[in-house]
Amino acid sequence: MAFDKMELRDIEVWDGNHAAAQALRQCQIDVVAAYPITPSTPIVEGYAKFLADGYVEGEFVLVESEHAAMSGCIGAAAAGGRVATATSSQGYALMVETLYQASGMRLPIVLNVVNRALAAPLNVNGDHSDMYLGRDSGWIQLNAYCPQDAYDLNFIAFRVAEDHGVRLPCMVHQDGFMTSHTAQGVKTMTDDVAYSFVGDFKPMNDMLDFEHPVTHGVQTEEDWHFEHKARQHNDLMTKVMPKVQAAFDDFEKLTGRKYNIVEKYDMDDADVAVVCMGTSVETAREVATEMRAKGIKAGVVGIRVIRPFPFFEIQEALKGAKAIATLDRSAPGGAPGMLFNEMAGCLFNLDKRPLLSGKIYGLGGRDLTKKHLVDLYTELQANVDAGKVLTPLQQFIGVRGPKLSFL
Amino acid sequence: MSEMKKIKNLKEFSTSADRFEGANLLCPGCAHSIIVREVLNATNDDLVLSASTGCLEVCTAVYPYTSWDASWIHIGFENGSTAVAGAESMYKALKTKGRLKQPDRNPKFVSFAGDGASYDIGFQWISGCMERGHNIMHVVLDNEVYANTGGQRSSSTPIGGSNTTTPAGRVSYGEKKTKKDMVSIMASHGIPYSAQVAPNKWKDMVKKIQHGFSVDGPVFINAVSPCTTEWKFDPKDTMMLTDLSTDSLVFPLYEIIDGHELNITYRPKTVVPVEEYLAAQGRFKHLFKDEYKYLIKEWQERVDAQWAYLNRREEARV
Repeated sequence: MAFDKMELRDIEVWDGNHAAAQALRQCQIDVVAAYPITPSTPIVEGYAKFLADGYVEGEFVLVESEHAAMSGCIGAAAAGGRVATATSSQGYALMVETLYQASGMRLPIVLNVVNRALAAPLNVNGDHSDMYLGRDSGWIQLNAYCPQDAYDLNFIAFRVAEDHGVRLPCMVHQDGFMTSHTAQGVKTMTDDVAYSFVGDFKPMNDMLDFEHPVTHGVQTEEDWHFEHKARQHNDLMTKVMPKVQAAFDDFEKLTGRKYNIVEKYDMDDADVAVVCMGTSVETAREVATEMRAKGIKAGVVGIRVIRPFPFFEIQEALKGAKAIATLDRSAPGGAPGMLFNEMAGCLFNLDKRPLLSGKIYGLGGRDLTKKHLVDLYTELQANVDAGKVLTPLQQFIGVRGPKLSFL
Repeated sequence: MSEMKKIKNLKEFSTSADRFEGANLLCPGCAHSIIVREVLNATNDDLVLSASTGCLEVCTAVYPYTSWDASWIHIGFENGSTAVAGAESMYKALKTKGRLKQPDRNPKFVSFAGDGASYDIGFQWISGCMERGHNIMHVVLDNEVYANTGGQRSSSTPIGGSNTTTPAGRVSYGEKKTKKDMVSIMASHGIPYSAQVAPNKWKDMVKKIQHGFSVDGPVFINAVSPCTTEWKFDPKDTMMLTDLSTDSLVFPLYEIIDGHELNITYRPKTVVPVEEYLAAQGRFKHLFKDEYKYLIKEWQERVDAQWAYLNRREEARV
């Protein structure tokens, strides 16, 4: 059996799901084990159609749950080949046990996560609750802001995850519906160019090499467990970022599209800055430009690589800012919010610390409007002028009822 | 073509090349290792194995050691079947794409799991693997209890057993539910082969395992595995206990082909009363009190009814 190549226009009109499915097709995955869930379902459906039309070959295993999807991916990856899947929300939550197993076993699986709220109450729309749930799972995690990113970052993901110096699984996050179901122009690569970027899969410790049997997934107790986890963390902290940067550099040479570990927008002389992820980055950029016309020196810091966390890159990006706000799109569950905490950790030991406040927004698909961001930048400028944070440290944006704020 | 191993006698069998090493941490007298060796020794083909979390797993792959001289994987408690199904899918993919390192080999994909990991927590995963038709064999090491964690009941635990979560006590005879019939449930998936085996009847077991390896599609094997620790008998008596389990027909040996054709593969010359099987195990000691003797009688009736049912099924050829 062989497969046909697909002729693509230089720019296709794709939503984020289709962009991700096309990237998987072009990477020539050996095994996809998947269980569809809104809003990532079209990635699985798209891949199924490519298979039905003879544009991919390999095994497509439609399992009975997301837990089984990642379990099958782990078995397939340990056997030795290119493996990917996609999920969202409750499916991601069900998968969490196996996320830790995949990373602990150092298996280079690529998981497209189309971010969605977590029940209860049940909700199919986009927020980052699922992303936050798996933040300590030991995966490399990349963040797409639009369908173009969702396409491009899949190639980066395979390139980095499968590198024998890394051997860690990688997630590509995109916002449910706002990215996954919103069609935009996506600049494409030809099948040959795209495949050449990721290259042939190079197996390592593969179970299907019968001359060299391997044991995967052993038991370690207090004698070795800590060393294994420490080594995995060490590799995340020291080995991944250089490989991501190298992949970004090569990708720019190939396509002209430039990605950065932290995406700075108008940060060179910014007094006030918003730190955020996903589609909000684009909204914030637009509003920052408008604020500059009003005389407020506004900037945006978008997190591109969520894990490993870009500690120094963020310090560098925010070094001149006087007041910043984090935008956390996940119910903080009795805490200030992940981005708030991580910014605080980044900035606390600096000689000159900006004023820091945090916003909770967009839960369950609630829109973040330009007006919200205009108000936010205005508030940050007021903090700068006063030399202190004038509001509570944590405020909810866009929630109905009385204004909700804490701390 | 797969290579079927010719085994003439027990001596020859016991001296076959071992891909499961004796260097492991299983209890003396544990039937798991006997069953695993009998399964692996049934073929000379390459093996890709998994173990679900449980006694077999924690006793055979403690870093930096391994007892496995074949590719082996453990992920979690519930998903060992799917781990091997994933590996089997990769094998098919690489075969299609011409990327197998040793394309002339004919590997067998086997998943080992306890009854807890099969009847309970892994049930859905196994069902999924059976339904999808992976070319894998799932072997249950059925000791009717969560032995690895200290003897908690599973849905394979038989009625009347005293276990740590259903202990016999002043007002209780222990487990209240009868054992789940996994062989029938799995056969109902329409899989090419499902069977019950016992390590004492090794020729019967090897024949079934070899048949399982020869078919195209999923295979389910339920192996009775007497547990010296939780069934509470002397480690030297493992085979005696296994004999009692098969000869009392508490564990009848049979196979179901293509989900419907049932064959009884072992008919004891002398059927042992269930009472003798129960009396040999500490877990049923309390059943011999006067107030619980009715449970032994009911058990005998259930075993008789099950045996009659199996005979009718075999006779009917449906």
